[in-house]
Amino acid sequence: MLTFPKKIAPPSDDKRWRLVDATMRRHGHAPNSLIETLHTVQEAFGYLDQDALRYVSASLRVPPSKVYGVATFYHFFTLRPPGAHTCVVCTGTACYIKGAPVLLKTIRDELGIQQGETTPDGKISVLTARCLGSCGLAPAAVFDGQVAGKMTSLAMAGKLKELEK
Amino acid sequence: MTREELDVIAAKEQEAAARVKRHIHVCVAAGCLSSQADNVLTALNSEIRSQGLENECAVKGVGCLGLCKAGPLIALENENVMYGNVTPADVPEIVKALDSEPVERLTISPHQPFFERQTKIALENSGRIDPERIEDYIAAGGYSALADVLNEMSPSQVVEQIVKSGLRGRGGAGFSTGLKWSTVVKAVGDQKYVICNADEGDPGAFMDRSVLESDPHRILEGMALAGYAVGARQGYIYVRAEYPLAIKRLKTAIRQAERAGALGVKIFGSPFDFHIDLRIGAGAFVCGEETALIASIEGGRGLPRLRPPYPAEYGLWGKPTLINNVETFASVPTILRRGSEWFAGIGTEKSKGAKVFALAGAVNNTGLVEAPMGTTLREMIFEIGGGIPNGKKFKAVQTGGPSGGCIPEQYLDTPVDYETLNQLGSIMGSGGMIVMDETSCMVDVARYFMEFCMTESCGKCIPCRVGTAQMHMLLTKISQGQATMDDLALLEELCDLVRHTSLCGLGQSAPNPALSTLRYFREEYLAHILDKRCPAGVCEMQLEAEVYA
Repeated sequence: MLTFPKKIAPPSDDKRWRLVDATMRRHGHAPNSLIETLHTVQEAFGYLDQDALRYVSASLRVPPSKVYGVATFYHFFTLRPPGAHTCVVCTGTACYIKGAPVLLKTIRDELGIQQGETTPDGKISVLTARCLGSCGLAPAAVFDGQVAGKMTSLAMAGKLKELEK
Repeated sequence: MTREELDVIAAKEQEAAARVKRHIHVCVAAGCLSSQADNVLTALNSEIRSQGLENECAVKGVGCLGLCKAGPLIALENENVMYGNVTPADVPEIVKALDSEPVERLTISPHQPFFERQTKIALENSGRIDPERIEDYIAAGGYSALADVLNEMSPSQVVEQIVKSGLRGRGGAGFSTGLKWSTVVKAVGDQKYVICNADEGDPGAFMDRSVLESDPHRILEGMALAGYAVGARQGYIYVRAEYPLAIKRLKTAIRQAERAGALGVKIFGSPFDFHIDLRIGAGAFVCGEETALIASIEGGRGLPRLRPPYPAEYGLWGKPTLINNVETFASVPTILRRGSEWFAGIGTEKSKGAKVFALAGAVNNTGLVEAPMGTTLREMIFEIGGGIPNGKKFKAVQTGGPSGGCIPEQYLDTPVDYETLNQLGSIMGSGGMIVMDETSCMVDVARYFMEFCMTESCGKCIPCRVGTAQMHMLLTKISQGQATMDDLALLEELCDLVRHTSLCGLGQSAPNPALSTLRYFREEYLAHILDKRCPAGVCEMQLEAEVYA
């Protein structure tokens, strides 16, 4: 009979691992629950670090290569810790033709970082989204989960100043 | 729940609604929520309470009211009054005006083409019911189609109805829904699945999102009907992680439907069981392709595979699987309730029914519209859309997202249906319609879409992985004024190659934006290449720097 190792202990006694365990248990530790599990890890910890990937791999009995492959394939997963604040600029078509490139330039000028980067002090992460679906409000950006529509270069600079505080 | 109990709930709801004199609807779909519609709703509720009007006025948060540009929106249902750009500070004034003339400065006329030219099928309940209450959906006639079908029709009759209605897939390709369903029915297998594709990845498209957020039960009902017709007992909704509100409302809806007995075991007293689970996507555009979506539900990387075998025969976990788009499922309950003849009576000869479009870009009325198939582009943009803002000149309309193309002014009188858009070198796509005025550079737009396809290419097949990168490089070169006529010839050759040799729809359609702009706006390309200038003044010429030498 096939036997599997008994329950694998989480990498640390951080309570957030319980959330991850709960997700895996709900899916009966099925290998096809990999994406669901990674979602829970990212929701709990903010990103996926190596320990988390190894733990999920062992618990779901999925090869580490596949876990890494999935984690890097999807844009939603990030392997680096995010900054304290996030600024997501929508680069959907409607936002693009209404001035998203200008917003990104403002960010470059103000913070000196590109999309996908975090300021050296770890305060602000700048990300881009393919489309927020708020095309009626183009150009749109999201600051810490709050959508701001009809953005201008000036408003962007103001928002960034606020976040930097 | 039985059919009688369903009627009881509906009657009770309608009675409760009739007792109240006024119905105030506040749009709480994503567009309005991002302009703080939730604060308006809270303010309105407390104002009504402090004025002691609870028994006269029923306030509820509803799904998308359509005119996203003027959010947050409030509609006074019985009085046919609509307010736009409402702030919490306006609320006392609105409540005060309930018994007199409406507040002039906030009023939006409901008698404008934007509202009057629409035919609502998938959006039937959108803006009218509270998406978080199943009772509201039932009161609007929800789940009655499912209850009737389960007790009165055989699965083959359901399929026949869908075939007769002429409904075609709303996800992009426009494949006949009835034909797809019949293929799954014929496929041999002990277990079959129904999947709802809610991975709306096209930038500039938010139709599915609005349907999910405004009327989630409709999708569940449509899927259950499909499950009954094709013999599936399990459904999955694959929804984007970028739509947290849609996910939340779907979860609520599934829980409510299971508790009410509209999903689960022995639905409406019939022997039919149907369960629906959510699967959350993780931000990969290619997962909108059906085989890639299946790979993603199975927990792997979303890589498409060669078809055939089609998912209808060999889909999720190797079982026959029916995959339809959100809007397709949303049309099903209405078709079965009102009959296939009714649905087939709307639209054009080959494209039946109405289609939801997301109007965005350089147009006055940005928002969500559902118009009959065959409406011309001019009507869409200049009547429903209210024309181009700031007195600018219309240049092109982009349909179908990164897989579609740009349609210029001379074709504005084309009726919109699947075939005509294909002939124009674009596609219907999922329904994004982005209007561009003279300030947009078509080379830049083509480059933008190519960059999208390049980043989103999954990398499985070479034409797409390498071809999109090369085409992007050429388009960048053109937009920076460094290209020669040989580069243009090379670009055209590459477009042809990638289109014909890519594995899946993403690669096959990736050249469309470039091809369509080359077809209609060739002089702009030539201006960039020969005169080293951008007619729209968008592209920055970098004449000295030989970046790609």
